[in-house]
Amino acid sequence: MDPNFLEFEQPIAELKAKIEELRYVTDDSDINITEEISTLEKKAESLTISIFSKLKSWQISQLARHPNRPYTFDYIERIFDDFEYLHGDRCYADDSPMVGGIGRLDSRPVMVIGHQKGRSIKEKVKRNFGMPRPEGYRKALRLMKMAEKFKMPLITLVDTPGAYPGIGAEERGQSEAIARNLYVMADLKTPIISTIIGEGGSGGALAIAVGDRVNMLQYATYSVISPEGCASILWNNADKAPQAAEALGITASRLHELGLIDQIIEEPLGGAHRNFDQMAINLRESLLHNVEILSAIGIDKLLEQRYQRLMGFGAFIET
Amino acid sequence: MSWFEKLLPSIRPSSSSDKKNVPEGLWAKCNNCDAIIYRAELERNQDVCTKCDHHMRQPARRRLSQFLDKENRIEIAANIEAEDILKFKDDKKYRDRLAAAQKSTGEKDAMVVMKGSVKGVELVAAAFEFRFMGGSMGSVVGEKFVQAVNTCLDNNIPLVCFSASGGARMQEALISLFQMAKTSAALTRLSRRGLPFISILTDPTMGGVSASFAMLGDIHIAEPKALIGFAGPRVIEQTVREQLPKGFQRSEFLLDHGAIDMIVDRREMRDKVSSLCSMLMNKPAP
Repeated sequence: MDPNFLEFEQPIAELKAKIEELRYVTDDSDINITEEISTLEKKAESLTISIFSKLKSWQISQLARHPNRPYTFDYIERIFDDFEYLHGDRCYADDSPMVGGIGRLDSRPVMVIGHQKGRSIKEKVKRNFGMPRPEGYRKALRLMKMAEKFKMPLITLVDTPGAYPGIGAEERGQSEAIARNLYVMADLKTPIISTIIGEGGSGGALAIAVGDRVNMLQYATYSVISPEGCASILWNNADKAPQAAEALGITASRLHELGLIDQIIEEPLGGAHRNFDQMAINLRESLLHNVEILSAIGIDKLLEQRYQRLMGFGAFIET
Repeated sequence: MSWFEKLLPSIRPSSSSDKKNVPEGLWAKCNNCDAIIYRAELERNQDVCTKCDHHMRQPARRRLSQFLDKENRIEIAANIEAEDILKFKDDKKYRDRLAAAQKSTGEKDAMVVMKGSVKGVELVAAAFEFRFMGGSMGSVVGEKFVQAVNTCLDNNIPLVCFSASGGARMQEALISLFQMAKTSAALTRLSRRGLPFISILTDPTMGGVSASFAMLGDIHIAEPKALIGFAGPRVIEQTVREQLPKGFQRSEFLLDHGAIDMIVDRREMRDKVSSLCSMLMNKPAP
């Protein structure tokens, strides 16, 4: 099994392996099999299209957590100019699963805050697997207020399994840190655009995702609880995660249908990790578009719209 | 038929079919000290053990009826019910779980809100019904909380909320997560008007409820020994693979770590809250 491909992608992996084999053959033989290769490549593409056109929620959640998926750093370096990272919550520490700073989006200064996961084992540990502690949320809070002060649009990139469940995190008020951000973002006097780029894991994601626009990459997920967590509580069996993923409706398309997110940002064929540059171009386009629209709205009107948007969330009946 | 048989039906113990009309047991057991307490006496003592002062979980309606003055109570947003737009189903359908919870608690969902007064100080009080699906917050709890805030704004009065919840309601998926943002946003309006929000944390207050409005009070009061936190103790234990410190996530631990202002005995809550609210509202002492 090719580790670069997920289980459901194995038929594609097999075709690609065949193509590589043929290429190797062409190197030291006279037979012209270029045509054969291009046929196979077309076949691989149509197979990818076909597999990716009917992905199950559980498969999408594997894509959202794909180890090669682009993370916040990858987007920052491709989208923003003159970027400066800012560090620390000024109280306790610089929590590395939460990063942020200022940069230019097509010449306009913006504040960017995002979760950061690690790719190597060492980096994963350093980034605490993308799970911020209270000081991470308080660093984000500081940067939000700075964005407000300097009238910079706030862009957040969401990618976390959740806020860290640890002893120290509880001692330092994980709940309060998340709650405070929800409260401040609801009334922050600058446009806020949140994009779920990978995993939108519960309160730990929401704490930087209250915005005027909340968008999702095509294969990102956003959920109140992980499919595994939900399965082990409601089904008493973590193996039922695929069913839980389906029931929770964690995908961009389902959440868009439900009116819970605004826009789905298309991913390159086979997922964001197949083409970082193309993905960054698509995300940049969405950010530019939204920053422009939101910046044209007067701040009082924007805040009222944000408030009404939040008040509109809920499904209930009056009897 | 002998005279004895004729008499029998009236002295026979009631059959199972009319068992549900029989009031709950006359005696209750304290889950802390195992003392057997006469139930009426326990309720008179606000569900606090008469032997060891252990604060037991309280049904929302009983809590509010013991907290508020007897006069001029009005229930707010009494008639809203959950709508299962996701058609959520695990082992059971969400709709069936709702119906069962409604039947066993007599409530429509996990929160009761009333406008009233405490020792003459007007306020709105909300209380979680923990027996209703673990006091989980879905659309109905979110909307009731917002309507509680709006009632405060309309009447210029403070808000008090007794939390008791396991967190967001999984069966409403992302919609329940968004209730955290909705309820927190509503509190910005209360603040802007200079109206107090007193958050009273009772056993247990966890997850999405503690990570939203419950931790956004002007004053945080906890009942003694309540479990309060973000992640559940078992989840933390599995993550960090070490033993949790003694008293971890209990009220006394939170007071030590600066998360709450005070721990108050339930039987003194009326005095405390009415006094605090009157000071914050710049009104004469109750």
